Amino acid sequence: MNKCTERLFNGLVKENPTFVLMLGMCPTLAVTTSAVNGIGMGLSTTAVLVMSNMLISMLRKIIPDSVRMPAFIVVVASFVTIVDFLLEGFVPSLYESLGLYIPLIVVNCIILGRAESYASKNPVLPSVFDGIGMGLGFTVGLTCIGIVREILGAGQIFGVQIMPDAYTPITIFILAPGAFLVLACLVALQNKVKANLAKKGQKAPAAAECGEGCASCASREICGGHMFNMDADPDKKISGEAKNNKKEQEGA
Amino acid sequence: MKLNEKLYVSSSPHIRDKAKTSNIMLMVLIALLPATIFGIWNFRSENAWLLVVVTTAAAVLAEYIYEKLMHKPVTIRDCSAAVTGLLLALNLPPTLPVWMGALGSVFAIVVVKQLFGGLGQNFMNPALAARNFLLISFTGPMTYFVYDGVTGATPLAELKAGEAVDTMSMLVGTIRGTIGETSVIAIMIGAMFLILMGVIDLRIPGSYIVSFVVFIVIFGGHGFDPQYITAHLCGGGLMLGAWFMATDYVTSPITSSGKIIYGICMGLLTGLFRLFGGSAEGVSYAIIISNLLVPLIEKITLPKPFGKGGEK
Repeated sequence: MNKCTERLFNGLVKENPTFVLMLGMCPTLAVTTSAVNGIGMGLSTTAVLVMSNMLISMLRKIIPDSVRMPAFIVVVASFVTIVDFLLEGFVPSLYESLGLYIPLIVVNCIILGRAESYASKNPVLPSVFDGIGMGLGFTVGLTCIGIVREILGAGQIFGVQIMPDAYTPITIFILAPGAFLVLACLVALQNKVKANLAKKGQKAPAAAECGEGCASCASREICGGHMFNMDADPDKKISGEAKNNKKEQEGA
Repeated sequence: MKLNEKLYVSSSPHIRDKAKTSNIMLMVLIALLPATIFGIWNFRSENAWLLVVVTTAAAVLAEYIYEKLMHKPVTIRDCSAAVTGLLLALNLPPTLPVWMGALGSVFAIVVVKQLFGGLGQNFMNPALAARNFLLISFTGPMTYFVYDGVTGATPLAELKAGEAVDTMSMLVGTIRGTIGETSVIAIMIGAMFLILMGVIDLRIPGSYIVSFVVFIVIFGGHGFDPQYITAHLCGGGLMLGAWFMATDYVTSPITSSGKIIYGICMGLLTGLFRLFGGSAEGVSYAIIISNLLVPLIEKITLPKPFGKGGEK
């Protein structure tokens, strides 16, 4: 399977930063008071993530291992500053509502985490797609939370009134406690869906084998990141590959 | 006779009692009746009794449905869900839309109680957590008080604003407030019943009320003014909270000294919120914050087994 598509799928579904990895919880809980804020925050983070992944991947052979953290931070902070100015200049209303959380993208765990665990070890193109996948996964997560909170807490969606006038908004959902409640419910929901899928379609063994994701998987070199295949009929392919791997190991 | 026939060997607990959860909860329900009946009579509105019935029923129904869905043993017969629902209803203003009360019940039972493992596992009082959930969500309707067709502030808010209040009507309960909190007399009848039946321990409400009075005397700005102190004691949810909410078995400490520390904690927090906080009332927040401290209080007041401790 194409490595780039695999990276996209990995970021969006398998290792979704919001619902699976639970990274970047600070912006997730703080800015998702509306769907627009969620999208804005998600896309800003995506932009920074793609650029920083690209640059760090390019520089991965130049940056000495002992000072890689400060080097990563400098790269990330430069891009965040650019995004910060762009937002202030072109979408001031979004800039206002996101406020402090834009500069805080610098210390977002997702960005440093991807730089550390993926971009600093892999070629440029997969790193870019890794950034896109992770960023879009984060955007989707934030937007889902934002939509639920906006509907329950304000009766609106993307600023458009959708609930009838008789509906009294449950204000707690656009306040901090509501963020925790909605996040927990959505995570529980996606765990349930994944568990059901696993029961039905035998995707479970594959997901369990590759549970930690390819980036940190010890057998990555054997399978080449092909283990978890979204294409039709994954069972056969996986079991076939697994058998081949076994044979090879036995032969060796 | 052989020795092992004379001595009965068993593992602890050695002292057993016939008290069951359902008996205790039933007694709490009976004890809440005077306050409930008085509240419904006092506000003379259809909405008040409808709110009480629907909120209580919603709590029981939420427990039943959740436990059915999760394939757990159904525990509505122990009456604890009914107590939670009724307590929540008594903490709501009589004019609140009924569906809000039902929503609060569902929150209390599903989120606060069942998600943490059901009765005995909830980390804070479900009824109070739900009251605060509603207070944050629907601030307007939750702080809208009508009595005899006249809208206005509760006596406690008037007291905070420096106005004169009628302590006698606060004692009887013919004032604005939530359904169950207004009548100190009705609450005390229920509380006396619980004390006589041995259901609640005097330590928690006692230390709560005494420490609250001490705080009011020191920081209230009126010195030892009996009228001011009585108004503070009879106003708001202090009595209902101290006798019925703070004494909840699950969310209060089990050690004797811990109960006193817990009571003092609530007294100080209530005084702090009432005198220096933004709103006139602070009982519900004081109790749920103290609920969170209970594991720590129990840890430091755990008695040493005989023979342990001493010199290091």
